[in-house]
Amino acid sequence: MALFRRIANLFRRSRMDREIRAELEAHIDLRTEDNLAAGMSRAEARREALLRFGNPTVMRERVTAADASLGLESLARDLRYAARRLQHSPGFALTAIVTLAAGIGANVVVFGVMNALLLRPLQVAGPERLFQIEQGHEGDISQSYPDFADYRARNSTFSDMAAYRINGAGVSTGGSAQRSWIYEVSGNYFDMLGVQPAVGRFFHESDEHGPNSAPYIVLSDAFWRRRFNADRRVVGMKVDLNKHPFTIVGVAPRGFNGTEIFFWPDYWMPMVNEEQVEGYSFLTVRVNHGIEVIGLLKPGVTPQQGADNLQALAGQMSREHPNEDDRLTARLVMPGLMGDMLGGPARPFLIAIMALALLVLVAACVNLAGISAARAADRTRELSICFSIGATRWRLLRGGLLEAAVVSIAGGAVGTLIAAALLEAITRWQPIAEFPIHVAVIPDSRVYVVAVAVTLASGILPGLMPARQIWRTDALQAMKSGAAGAAAIHRLSLRDVLLAIQIAVCALLVTASLVSLRGMERSLHAPMGFLSQGALVFQTDMHMAGYSDKTELPVQRRMIEEAARVPGVTAVGTIDNAPLSSGGSRSGVFREDTAEFRGSTSVTIANYFSISPGYLNAAQTKLLAGRDFTWGDGLDKPKVAIINQTLARRLFGNAPAVGRKFRAGDTTIHEVIGVVEDGRYDSLTEDSKAAMFFALTQAPAGNTTLVVRSQLPPAQLVPALNRVLTGIDASLPFTVRPWPEALSLVLFPARVATAALGVMGLLAAMLAVTGVFGMAAYTVSKRLRELGIRVALGAQRRQLIRSALTRPVIVLSAGSLAGLVLGVVASRLLAFVVYEASPRDPLVLGGAVLLMALVGLAATWIPARRAWSVNPAQLLREE
Amino acid sequence: MSRGAGIANNDLQGTLDLLVLKTLASTGALHGYGIVQHILRASDDLLRVEEGSLYPALHRMEQSGWVASEWALTGTGRKAKYYRLTDAGRRQLEEAEQSFDQLVRGVHAVLRYA
Repeated sequence: MALFRRIANLFRRSRMDREIRAELEAHIDLRTEDNLAAGMSRAEARREALLRFGNPTVMRERVTAADASLGLESLARDLRYAARRLQHSPGFALTAIVTLAAGIGANVVVFGVMNALLLRPLQVAGPERLFQIEQGHEGDISQSYPDFADYRARNSTFSDMAAYRINGAGVSTGGSAQRSWIYEVSGNYFDMLGVQPAVGRFFHESDEHGPNSAPYIVLSDAFWRRRFNADRRVVGMKVDLNKHPFTIVGVAPRGFNGTEIFFWPDYWMPMVNEEQVEGYSFLTVRVNHGIEVIGLLKPGVTPQQGADNLQALAGQMSREHPNEDDRLTARLVMPGLMGDMLGGPARPFLIAIMALALLVLVAACVNLAGISAARAADRTRELSICFSIGATRWRLLRGGLLEAAVVSIAGGAVGTLIAAALLEAITRWQPIAEFPIHVAVIPDSRVYVVAVAVTLASGILPGLMPARQIWRTDALQAMKSGAAGAAAIHRLSLRDVLLAIQIAVCALLVTASLVSLRGMERSLHAPMGFLSQGALVFQTDMHMAGYSDKTELPVQRRMIEEAARVPGVTAVGTIDNAPLSSGGSRSGVFREDTAEFRGSTSVTIANYFSISPGYLNAAQTKLLAGRDFTWGDGLDKPKVAIINQTLARRLFGNAPAVGRKFRAGDTTIHEVIGVVEDGRYDSLTEDSKAAMFFALTQAPAGNTTLVVRSQLPPAQLVPALNRVLTGIDASLPFTVRPWPEALSLVLFPARVATAALGVMGLLAAMLAVTGVFGMAAYTVSKRLRELGIRVALGAQRRQLIRSALTRPVIVLSAGSLAGLVLGVVASRLLAFVVYEASPRDPLVLGGAVLLMALVGLAATWIPARRAWSVNPAQLLREE
Repeated sequence: MSRGAGIANNDLQGTLDLLVLKTLASTGALHGYGIVQHILRASDDLLRVEEGSLYPALHRMEQSGWVASEWALTGTGRKAKYYRLTDAGRRQLEEAEQSFDQLVRGVHAVLRYA
């Protein structure tokens, strides 16, 4: 009973008040009664009782105070007091909140990205059992369709397997074609993933009756809204894919975007119809590895068991098909990040960035702790007064902790809001316009939980500072003014150590940023085997307008010749997939005398391209020996090829390659007519790769990248070239951009890395400035009186500055040195994402030193000026 | 309560606590006014509790868990808040009695010494 009432009282102050009032009234009444019984008159009895009792108001206050020392009501009061105290020092409050917001916000953003990419599974049924099945060969992780069919039929550990391939196609609803992005999928794709259609139906395995038998497509939700205005009558509508008719059977639910986290397709179509879209059939070509395979493990089967099972099958298949499946192996990886291609570098990079973000937060907390410590030291006098009138240490401690809690919660809220907004912006961003790449990082509950945890954790250190102060305060000692102050200035205090740590962290981050920026700059200027500056690329796919391998060549030739006639154009040529673009094919290369053709007898794997005459000139790829192709190298003539230096060396050693012969992947003999310089073909960080170029006249290609070199700016050139091309075929969709811009996909990871590190570095520098400024300002203001006396006694202004700022400068230097050393060590982490990131680069080290010096200068400027201009007379008067 | 550490402010408050606890132990449940009267009678009019200290002390002791309170009717039908001793309070009473004994013996010893 009594307990309930007490708990109830905690919440209702007015009720408590009434109770106390009633109790005290009862006391007076009882005494009045006794007095009456003793014989006094009513008026006298009451008066005497009141006199004996004392002032009832005062009494009530004291009782209330006794009651309220525990309980939520006093907590609320402490909270209000803390908030008011913060209002009185807006500088501190603002600095603290901004500092924490920066640190917490950075961490929430990074964790949000990590959560979306690494931790959150795909939105399908049974996501933890879903794996991608890669080929084991390094650099060649995709599978072939016949291999996929065999894996699917023979395995014992997977409940089902599906295949998909990402491609572009021209879709038109009666009219000109627009480029769109599709997934070619096996018939059981949707059924295996357990997805239900939002409108209409999906296609199933039962709809497939052999090649080109299932002309159906399923729209994605976004494409349906964008292109068809969410009209439900699309079901049954016919569209043309690369000029072949397909029927829309349904729309996928919102939020399902395929099985790749980054690539969101416009629609799905059955893989059996791929020939109509690709222009050639790979369904029966075992050696063509261009599809991705995903599988759902049976419940209860471990990934290791699944991998072993598939590995055994791979061995079987390589024995059955020694030519195509030589040295076949199988691996299981997490789906969604293009297997290991993106997942490999992405994971360690994200973890590294998370570590850096945590460091930024640590720096922010340390910064705040330093400021808190300074503030607490200032309150020694106030604290000692509180002690002497009877406040308990616990009560004051609670006040200090509450203040820290209010600040950290405010900082955390602001930081989380900004982070959430940033994450939403990133999700809506399409980093590379030509690809449907989306970085879906919308924060979910896990992200918010982490945000709260981080907020609470970050308030601990700053909260401990005033706690430490309260614990140490001896009331009597502290009352004596100035004694503690003077001694503390000349000792190495905890605040100095904190600041040094913070500076070290900041220097580390700044160094890491500079390393990455420099590496980025270097990688942009690395020799790529072609000159992208000054060239435009027009990209299209002839198959989208219905051309086949037999009909496209004359049109391509016409495009080149007419483009060359446009005024201002100095060179034109075509290549099927430009180097460092997203396409590209590879094949084995054999010596001329090889009899058996499989993986183990090949000399090397080489990238191969189909180029027109004049491409080498347009791309400024240097021809080291021999000649370029001509239009005369026709289908009826012996096959010719141009190879790069690496391939020449691997095939023929140091002997001159021109005139010698080799066999390409399809075993036909090619004669080498030219040797070109090496270059980069797949990524910026690769080692030397072999590459060969075939003549467009002998190796037709639908993919056409027209490279146009000119001195004129794009704005002048593009309209003219557009006219020429549409004049040749108006239904052929082109994308045009300056070549350097087209390289953006390959530079994307490096750019992201640099941006992230640059932002971290900036935050770190800001925190460093705040920290040093805080300490310098505090030191100067504490010693203003002493400095004034010194000036009055004849000290030079310069000496003042020196004595006032020695401490902060020493801390800054020591911290910077430590941080720089750490930064050099830690920069090795960056090397695999940012090309040529060498931490021992003198420019980087010099830059970091300069930056920290600037930080120091900026931070101590104002306090130095204040020390310089100290006016002793005014000071002594003020005190 | 201070232990042999010398006479300080807390002791006076501690003594009041002791008297109140002892009163409640002897009489059972009682309201504030009754406690005052009891102490007056039991000390032969020597100890007159200052009412300004009583109620804060009672509420403090309630927060500490040594007494529990309840509203009830007095003999004359008036509503009053009655306090009674809890188990924790009983233990506290023993401790307080011992402390006080120690204090008294100590003071006596010093007085006799001089």
